[in-house]
Parts: sequence; structure tokens; C-alpha cells
Amino acid sequence: MTDPGTGAGTDTGARRAARADLCAGGTFIALGGGFAIGALQYDLGTAFQMGPGYVPLALGLTLAALGALILGHGVLLALGHRTAEHETLEEQAGPVPWRRGGLLVAGVVIFGLTVDGLGIAVATFATTFLAALSGHRNTPLKALVIAAGLTVLCLLIFVVGLQLSLPLLGSWLGG
Amino acid sequence: MDLSGIALGLETAIQPENVLLCLLGVTLGTAVGVLPGIGPTATVALLLPITFNFDPTASLIMLAGIYYGAQYGGSTTAILINLPGESSAAVTALDGHQMARQGRAGPALATAALGSFFAGTVATVIVALFAPPLVDVALEFGPAEYFSLVVLGLIISIALASGSTVKALAMIVLGLLLGTVGQDLFGVGTPRFTFGVRELYGGLDFVSIAVALFALAEIMRNFERRERSESMVTKKVEGLWLSRDDARRITSPVLRGTALGSALGVLPGGGHVLASFTSYSVEKRVSKHPEKFGKGAIEGVAGPESANNAAAQTSFIPLLTLGLPTHPVMALLIGAFIIQGIVPGPNVINEEPELFWGLIASFWVGNLLLVVLNLPLIGLWVKLISVPYDVLFPAIIAFATIGCYSIGLNPWDVFVIAIIGVLGYALIRWGCEPVPLLFGFVLAPILEDNLRRAMIISRGDPSVFVTRPISACLLGLAAIALVASVMPAIRRKREAVFTEDD
Repeated sequence: MTDPGTGAGTDTGARRAARADLCAGGTFIALGGGFAIGALQYDLGTAFQMGPGYVPLALGLTLAALGALILGHGVLLALGHRTAEHETLEEQAGPVPWRRGGLLVAGVVIFGLTVDGLGIAVATFATTFLAALSGHRNTPLKALVIAAGLTVLCLLIFVVGLQLSLPLLGSWLGG
Repeated sequence: MDLSGIALGLETAIQPENVLLCLLGVTLGTAVGVLPGIGPTATVALLLPITFNFDPTASLIMLAGIYYGAQYGGSTTAILINLPGESSAAVTALDGHQMARQGRAGPALATAALGSFFAGTVATVIVALFAPPLVDVALEFGPAEYFSLVVLGLIISIALASGSTVKALAMIVLGLLLGTVGQDLFGVGTPRFTFGVRELYGGLDFVSIAVALFALAEIMRNFERRERSESMVTKKVEGLWLSRDDARRITSPVLRGTALGSALGVLPGGGHVLASFTSYSVEKRVSKHPEKFGKGAIEGVAGPESANNAAAQTSFIPLLTLGLPTHPVMALLIGAFIIQGIVPGPNVINEEPELFWGLIASFWVGNLLLVVLNLPLIGLWVKLISVPYDVLFPAIIAFATIGCYSIGLNPWDVFVIAIIGVLGYALIRWGCEPVPLLFGFVLAPILEDNLRRAMIISRGDPSVFVTRPISACLLGLAAIALVASVMPAIRRKREAVFTEDD
């Protein structure tokens, strides 16, 4: 996957836009195609009595077609054609924050993986620690402090304040 | 006007419990809304889960309170530190922040509050006036009309937005597809696209989708900017009262903004954004001193703020009468209605009159509470704005995950945040707007149900959509809107609306 944001310097707005279109178009084609193929597994039915697969198949094909349009637009831009749509990505985007973004997403996933087993407190702590670690100026120690503080705050709000029935101790801990 | 309805509404809205929840909503909404980088949509998505504990009327009143609070909080942040949470607040920031720099933060905030209150009051009356007749029209709608109406709503929402029309269309279709995940409730309950995961049978949770797009993806976007410029926080806000001269200067902008906002708010998609942008350019055009705009003209705060708030109010009209969202927050409210077991649409007024009128009356109560609450508590909001981002975004992530998990105690709702968050981040980076996806997702079941119903009634003849007059008109309008949005001349004009006075 090429990325429109990196490789700054010689990049002109048109080339950035071209790459953005190619990536977006490709993604839509892949997703639309995937949904369409998946929809074929279900009963399509007829236009009179549509089965569960009918609408997803139609939508999937539509998405793939729109993706092809976007991709084509990207190809035109890449070849240096000026199209009717002079698109410029407004903000000068920086490089993809792989490490920081990855930590953030990992934090969310960890929560889903551990919340049933280890309970809300441990899961929240793990999530906030990973998220805080992705902070700009946060050292591991500072992240620990932030995570601890936020965990207490969240427990106070959700468990004490709102009295939601959340698993305090997970099943792995006998809760 | 339906006086008995309004009486019932006021009776419901001023019940102590409901006033308290409205107050709580407004407070929480403002508190989260003032946090830099969190717009009203993210605020409502983050706070949605905590409202599900209450009965439908109370929880929707609280949600409406959160929405106003979030809007006002966003304006406060825009004025004080020039970090608007959404595009309509960006207009407020133009002159509001300049006023703050000149030490006139107090009058700017007071103008925003008073303008919003006036606009909210007028727009509430408009909702009460126009919603019931529209309901009568909507009740005549059959499945074919509903299908066409949803198509029209979706198309208009992209015709008004900025950016590529084709990409916006693709985002709508992607949203519709994501909306089909889960059991096919129209038929025999075939699970679709669940990959054998039982937890996905209920479909993807709309709170997860909203939080993924407006919190997780947004934070990752913020990470792209290498260094957040430490913006100046106006530590002291003094002189909240308007001078006689200020009061005189804001009167007509507030009136014009209210009228513009009330009218444009009912348009799906960018109605509220369009309202504040239009109001700003109108004020600049009629002003005797247009050169003062962008340099702290109080008219440039009064007009757009009133327009924005009036639009926020009247955008409830299509929601309450047709079940059609015109703003991403309205899309979230549809989800909230459904979780409470209420189908938003023309039946609400007859089946749940207390909810319908109570909600409308609570608009006004909420706006009143905003004025009473915000100006005295401004010191607290300033403190909240100063929360460092490195602490703020872990808190947002924690709130988002716990909130989504708490709705159904389903870890998959959390995984969906991660998956859609990453996908959404990539697509936003490639120039696709996230709002159409949310609209598509929320409207997917309504669209599919009515399509299938209409086709059964017509025995598989698709011409039913163009032979029934109302349906044909709606589809015709949709076609016009679509063609218009890709025509170069109109595109340029539209870009001009959104980029004027940068």
C-alpha cells in the first residue's frame, strides 16, 4: 500500500491526490467485491421476494463500481491529466503515525480481549496505559501515572456513579 | 398550533427528574464538548451509553441536553483557543477568537450564549408549528415513498457536503453495507457477514461505529500533525456583560442568523454548517464595516452562532417526523431511539406524545439551562480546556471502550471500534468524509426494509418507485441534487460557500 502522505518534498498536490484516489478506489473495490462475494452465499431470492443476499449483492457491486470510478480518476491524475475535479487534500497531512496509532489501536483491542477475563479495572488500566504511551511527551512512567489516574476515574464514573453492571473481576480471576 | 401538545410537553419537560437529567446532560455535554478536538458528534457518541439506563423520554431529553451542551462547549473552545471541534464552530472562531485576543472573550461568550438562546427559543416554536403538519404528510407514506425519501436524504446529505461526490457516495454505500451485518430480520433471520461470530448477530453497534470514526480515527489524524501548537489559552474571562453598544450591534445579526438557521437546518447533511457560513457572509455583506470582519467583529459571532443553534433545533423536524437524520448527531439519536424500542418517524407523535412534546419543550428548557449554567461556570470550562492532550486522548479512548462495552457487555463492540477506526482513518486520509458512512449505516435497515416491502407489494415491479407520484417526486429531487452536485459550475459555487473568508 503506497501512502499519499509520506515522501514529502517533491510531492505535488496532484500526485498526492492521485495516490489518495488510487488507495481509496482500491479499498472500495476490495470491500465491495468482498461483500458481493459474501452475499452470494446467501439466498438471493427474486426482485419480488428478495432473499437476504439480494440487497448486499447489489450494494457490494455498486461500491465496487464507485471504487472503480475513483480508481480511474486517480489513474488520470497520476498520468498528469487535469480532471474536472481539481482536488487538493486540504491539510498537509504528516506521515502515518504507525507507532503511536498502533499503540492506540492495540489498547482498544486489548480491552476487548481482556475485559471478560480480567475485569473492567485491569482492562481499563491496560488500555489507558497503551494509549498514554502513544502520547507525544509521555514516558513509560508518566503513562503509568496517567493510566492509574484514569482507571480510578473511570471506575468512579461507570461503576460507582452510573452503577453499570460491569465485571469488576473477570472470569479468569474468579469474579 | 397544537396547544394541548405543547402543554403536555411542558408538563413533561418540567418534571423535576427530567429537568435534572436535562441539566446533567447540558453540563456533561459542555464539559466534554469544551475539550479541544472533540466535536459535538464525538461528545454525543461518548456520552450515549450512559443515557441508556433511563426511560426513553428521560434518556432522549438528556441526550438533547448533551447535544446543546456540546455545541456550546465547542463554541467556547473555538472562541478561547481557536480550536473548533466541528466546521460550524470554525466560523465562530474567525471573529470570536480575535475578540478573545483583544481581551473581549467575555462579550464574545455572552453573545454566543444569548444568540444561541434566542435562536433556540424561536426554532423550538418553529419545530412545534411545523412538525405536526409534516407528520400528517408522512403518515400517508407507503414503503415506496419511504425508500425514495431515504434515498433523497442520503443524496442531499452529500450534495451539501464539501469534497468529492463520488467518494461521498462510496462512503454511503459502504455504510449501507456495514448496516447489513447481522441477522436479516426482514426474512428468516439469516446471519449475514458475521463469520460465524455469534456476538455479531445483533449487527454492528452504532455507538462503536461513531466512536471509531469520530474519536479513534480523529485522534490518529491528530497524531499526524507533528507538534501541536500550544495555543494560547485565555486564562481570565472578564466582563461577561454586553455593553449597550454591543447589544445594539448583535440584535439584527441574531435575528437574521435565526431565520437562516431555522430554514437551512432542515436540509440533510451540512445544513447547520451551511447556515453558519451563510450567516457569516451575509453579515459581512450587509455590514458598513466589512473590513472589521476577521478582526473581532461581534456581528461575526452573533450571526453564525444563532444560525448554528437554530439549525441544531430545526434539524429535529425531519428526525421527529420522518425519521430522517440531517446531522451526524441526529443519526446517533436514531440509534438511541431504536435501542429504546421506538421507531423514529411519523408514528412517534401519536404513539409517544409525551416523548414527542416533552422533547420539544425540553429544547427550550435546555437552552435556558445553558445560559444560566455556562456564563457563571466559565472558569471551570477554561480549566477543562487546559487539560493537556496527552492526558485527554487516553481518557477519550477509555470512555469510548468502556461505554461501548457497557451497552451490551459484548467485547465485539470493542473490536469493531478498532477495525472501523483503522479503516475510517485510512479512508479519511484518502479524502473520504466519515459522515456519509454514518448516515448510510443508520439508514441501512430502513432502506432495505422499505425496498423489500415495496417490491413485495408491487409483485416485483420496480416501476412502483416512479409511478407513485410522491415517490417519483422524491427520486426526481434526488436525481437533480446528484446531478447538481457534480456539475462543475455548482461545485465551484459550493466550494466558495465553504471556503469563503478563510
